[in-house]
Amino acid sequence: MEKSTEKAWDVLRDLTDPELPFLTLDDLGMIREIKQNENNLVVTISPTYIGCPAVSVIEENIIHVLKKIGVEATIEKSFSPPWSSDWISENGRKKMEEFGIAPPHSKESESFGTLLPKKVKCPQCSSYETVKVSEFGSTACKSLYKCLDCKEPFDRFKCV
Amino acid sequence: MAEIFFEGLIRIADDNLILGHRTSEWCGHAPTLEEDLALPNIALDLIGHAQTLYCLACEINPNYKNEDQLAFLRLEHEYKNLLIVEQENGDFGNTVLRLFYFSTYMKYFWQRVKLACSLKKLKEFSEKAFLETSYHSKYASQWVVTLGDGTDESNKKMSDAVVSLDPFLGELFNNDDFTEMCSQNDFLPEPLSIFDSWNSEVKAVLQKGNLDLPDISLKKRGGRIGEHTETFGYLLSDLQYMQRAYPNSSW
Repeated sequence: MEKSTEKAWDVLRDLTDPELPFLTLDDLGMIREIKQNENNLVVTISPTYIGCPAVSVIEENIIHVLKKIGVEATIEKSFSPPWSSDWISENGRKKMEEFGIAPPHSKESESFGTLLPKKVKCPQCSSYETVKVSEFGSTACKSLYKCLDCKEPFDRFKCV
Repeated sequence: MAEIFFEGLIRIADDNLILGHRTSEWCGHAPTLEEDLALPNIALDLIGHAQTLYCLACEINPNYKNEDQLAFLRLEHEYKNLLIVEQENGDFGNTVLRLFYFSTYMKYFWQRVKLACSLKKLKEFSEKAFLETSYHSKYASQWVVTLGDGTDESNKKMSDAVVSLDPFLGELFNNDDFTEMCSQNDFLPEPLSIFDSWNSEVKAVLQKGNLDLPDISLKKRGGRIGEHTETFGYLLSDLQYMQRAYPNSSW
């Protein structure tokens, strides 16, 4: 029993997000549980956003790679607790920054931010002189910023 | 109980689908590139909420095999959305004001569902939905203030938007036999119970934007019993076109 879930973790660990191909689902903390039922394997995922169009592709990918190792799986979506940007791994944050996306602060520090706005670091030139341009960026999980020093626009992963 | 769950889910899902469709009409037409990203992103969220709720409804009522059948293949009178969400977009000001009204309403709605709901899966869903609708409300409120407190022209347009949406607000807070049944069964909150929270937030934002407060005494309604305004037929012909012309087509 345990073996099949371990085998599944091994292949799912490397699966990437279709919209952020440099990040794995594991980096994002999206795979919550893998459980062996009587007849099949149940993979529970937490979508980053309810309407995220990447979710159906992610589901198909999971089923596909598991089929390749001979495992029949079904997917369950979990909204409770809701996915949080705090679940993104340290490694994921590092990769995000290398790719030009500012990683989110922790939720706790962000809520202090209402008193003292937490500065967002430009992933291009590391300056903290940045401003938010729009609540929404290229995908639901990001907002749009610009750097006042290097003048480059950049996406920032939303803190949720 | 299954019938109550189904009808209740359809009401909220239809609100989200129809406003999602209206909001998606902005794609490629918004006044700036940033808003052209923001509005379709919000539309995706709303349609995503509708999809999840329709799926829940299908689990409860096996007459419907999937969410597409509910979204695309019902007749006009079978949709139970509020009249406010089916109205045409109007200008950008009108669009963001309606989004502000609706998302603020849904924010407090989900907040209540989060506290208590006899349908376990809906209660779980509400945790996530609450966060997303709060974000929409915040986005829209910023535009209401910016445009209301902007130039004479933008203030005039926002004031016109307030007047044009007034007739449809009463329906948001209208309790009926069905909503009473829902609250007696700890399923959904009564619409009127959301009013105070909604009203104080709307008041604060509109005042900040130098706008007159909405008049909710006008009670144009009918959406909840499937009686829609003329524009809804045109909306459905657009929304349903693919599934009607090419049944069961999929990506």
